[in-house]
Amino acid sequence: MSEVSGPLAVDTAGRFADEVRRRTGQPIERCYQCAKCASGCLVAEYTDYRPNQILRMVQFGLREQVLRSRAIWVCSSCQACGARCPNGINIAAVMDGLKEMAVAEKLAVPEQGPLFHQMFMDGVRRMGRVHEAAVLARYKLKTHRLMADFGLGLRLFRKGKFPLLGSRIRRQEEIERIFSRALASGEGVTRHEAVLLPGVLAGSHGKGI
Amino acid sequence: MKLSYYPGCSLEATAKEYDASARTVCAALDVELADLADWNCCGATSAHNLNRLLALALPARNLVLAENAGLDLVTPCAACYSRLRTAEHTLRRGGSAARELEEAVGAPFGGRVTVLSLLEAMVKRVGLSAVEERVKRPLTGLKVACYYGCLLVRPREVTGVERPEDPVWLDDLMRRLGAEVIPWSFKTDCCGASQAITNPDVSRGLVARLLARAGEAGADALVTACPLCQTNLEMQRPTSQGAPCFYFTELMGLAFGLDGARSWLGRHLVDPFGLLRSLSLID
Repeated sequence: MSEVSGPLAVDTAGRFADEVRRRTGQPIERCYQCAKCASGCLVAEYTDYRPNQILRMVQFGLREQVLRSRAIWVCSSCQACGARCPNGINIAAVMDGLKEMAVAEKLAVPEQGPLFHQMFMDGVRRMGRVHEAAVLARYKLKTHRLMADFGLGLRLFRKGKFPLLGSRIRRQEEIERIFSRALASGEGVTRHEAVLLPGVLAGSHGKGI
Repeated sequence: MKLSYYPGCSLEATAKEYDASARTVCAALDVELADLADWNCCGATSAHNLNRLLALALPARNLVLAENAGLDLVTPCAACYSRLRTAEHTLRRGGSAARELEEAVGAPFGGRVTVLSLLEAMVKRVGLSAVEERVKRPLTGLKVACYYGCLLVRPREVTGVERPEDPVWLDDLMRRLGAEVIPWSFKTDCCGASQAITNPDVSRGLVARLLARAGEAGADALVTACPLCQTNLEMQRPTSQGAPCFYFTELMGLAFGLDGARSWLGRHLVDPFGLLRSLSLID
């Protein structure tokens, strides 16, 4: 955690910016606020900060504000921003790196994305594939939306889009190897399965990523 | 022509009609699809949010499987395509990132196979002339807005797409089927992808805008090449009314006069039969 905080504090040492740059490989220092990313960002109206603001906040070291923001999770990685950035910054990759950091530092709000993504990947780890109906049902159960969306689930079931059983792969140990290596690579971020989202998957889901 | 086939998880569930129509249309065009044995989930729109290496290594395992099978890998799903291509791009660039990836998968990638989207395979491998020759029942009078979404086109260094802001292959394909392609400016706008689950207000807003703009442009239907786009366009609208959405393979099957079209279209949540009957495109 940086010692600077508050809306006007500036991390003059640039430690947060250095960390984001190292983690994502993106030249964030090049951003000069042309706002081309923001003008093409389709989800900007649903966020607390525009992509150019996030980049500026990273440059200024506003670590906690960035990692607590809804903006990084509402980014759907459509990559329009990066495709148009005159400075060659892959902003979606920056957002991904910030999401990893937000989860590791327990600043992310689970319902804004991390909870679903974790449950999704939990299914992949166990089966090698995703059983959409099971993941959605578990997620809706966890977020107390199961009954509210039950009708839609039933329609999908009737249309044959929600098979009761999912398929699984044979060489599951190869998937386990990938998960183990990837989690070990997380620079201390996702080093252990319990660290990623502590408490969120306790109980019935012992083995989240 | 023979290709390895990667359906992806959605094509076993919410996008079953995409899988069925893709297989049937490929058979009609003498494209033999060999299911990739023991394929695994590509990580979809979730893995990259949580762990960079995981998001690359999961698809990379499938590339190794495809190389062992000795055939280029084709996938109908735009999200799978994006993840597989991104892994391929990383492996081909080499260096420490590629070595880290091969180490995680536990096998090397020799670069002898490549990843194709099914749409790309139709245009570049099968060819539009061969597609047109197969048309028995042109889609005359069907006004479509071609919706590419994000993942087939961006980022350009990964997809190799020549015109990422204004792709035209789906437009060209639809014209060969006899459909009327409506120009519009929202071809590559995002549908919200998995925000439909995590932040549904976002997806509902994006889908409302896409449908409104397609309607204003004069389209009666949208054509997609992505199960996420298709599902969101159908499910994130307020009612099941309005412009139907088709997978491009379904329209190919219709124009080819293939059996099965009725059962594919019967799985849609937005009923497409009214529009098709009004144009005498289905009995």
